[in-house]
Amino acid sequence: MPSLKDLRNRIASVKQTRKITSAMKLVAASKLRRAQAQAEASRPYAARMAEIMGNLAAGVADLPEAPKLLSGTGKEEVHLLVVMTADRGLCGGFNSSIVRAARQRIARLRADNKEVKLLCVGRKGRDMLRREYGDIIIDYIAGVAGKRRMEYADARMIADRIATLFDAGEFDVCTLLFNRFRSVISQVVTFRQIIPVEPPEAEKPEDEAGAIYEFEPEESVILGELLPRNLAVQVYGALVENAAGEQGARMAAMDSATRNSGEMIHRLTLHYNRTRQAQITKELIEIISGAEAL
Amino acid sequence: MADKLAFELVAPERLLASLEVDMVVAPGAEGDFGVLPLHAPLVSLLRPGVIRVYEGDKVTKRVFVAGGFAEVNVRGLSILAEEAEPVEEIDLEEARERLRNAEEDLADAREPSEAERARLERAVAVARARVEAVENPV
Repeated sequence: MPSLKDLRNRIASVKQTRKITSAMKLVAASKLRRAQAQAEASRPYAARMAEIMGNLAAGVADLPEAPKLLSGTGKEEVHLLVVMTADRGLCGGFNSSIVRAARQRIARLRADNKEVKLLCVGRKGRDMLRREYGDIIIDYIAGVAGKRRMEYADARMIADRIATLFDAGEFDVCTLLFNRFRSVISQVVTFRQIIPVEPPEAEKPEDEAGAIYEFEPEESVILGELLPRNLAVQVYGALVENAAGEQGARMAAMDSATRNSGEMIHRLTLHYNRTRQAQITKELIEIISGAEAL
Repeated sequence: MADKLAFELVAPERLLASLEVDMVVAPGAEGDFGVLPLHAPLVSLLRPGVIRVYEGDKVTKRVFVAGGFAEVNVRGLSILAEEAEPVEEIDLEEARERLRNAEEDLADAREPSEAERARLERAVAVARARVEAVENPV
């Protein structure tokens, strides 16, 4: 039976916790707005890029001299998973759901006798995967996920790293693993294969079907420039989605934490008052019965 | 049909411009080219240089791009640029400084790998084009 003082302390501490969680919720809400705006702003570029890719890739993919980034190495023995998580915790199941999906994917690929390598972006994912898969984490990119603003330069840096590994023959297939932002309360773990490029299903308006493009310089040269950039754009898109998802998840988690602590305060206060009354009654009885005994 | 050209300039982080204009002259990798309304479909690489936007016979906008892609289709012209800034916002001193630094980096690099060398040379080319964009308004 906790004493009255214990209860008072307990209530005070839960109130402090509630203050912190509700402040974190507000901060996450404002960061979410910014992240969402950024995600929206990045869409036109990605859309145009996909369009040009679609136009180009269709014609070139079948040629034997097609760039490796587009057609792959022809094998799929070694898989690279780029696991994108947040740098910070306290955002509900955000990080753990990515890590869980990564584990499942690794197990499945291994069951098919494929080799798996990991590239971690974001601290939490690395921390959670390190114990089990420390030997196959080939690279870790820190300090990107925690930034106030996602910078395209960061995405390009990651994409360059991936391209370098690919050129060095470290892997055959590369898949991004991140949380797609669907709404504040729902983030969807998404796998997106970026090497070899899955041909984008470009939906074209009727009037464009069969439009014949002129290329200047020739297609393969443009493609050579375009592919690394496409890689960067895909990575950037994933980073931005992830950032929005992280803030959304944190906001939802902190909202329910705030509500839970409110309930707890209510319950504890009730308990405290009952105990206090019981004690007063008990003391009165003691005084009265003491007086009667005289 | 369209007597204006729909022109869009997009960077990875945002849409920079979306206008209806009369003509755009873009710095193609194989020479500048002008795009008028109803231009034939075209995909081109861009070199570092200046995009000029025309309304009537006058240049109304000059934007420096560090390279990118241009796509013309029936809907108009879209330019995908990784770096873009209006020419009038470039500070000439700062641009020269950047060119000097880039040239020094290239000169200082000892036995750079091929990729490293290409990157440095590209930085110099971009910085030079940026200075020229301010010095020789066309």
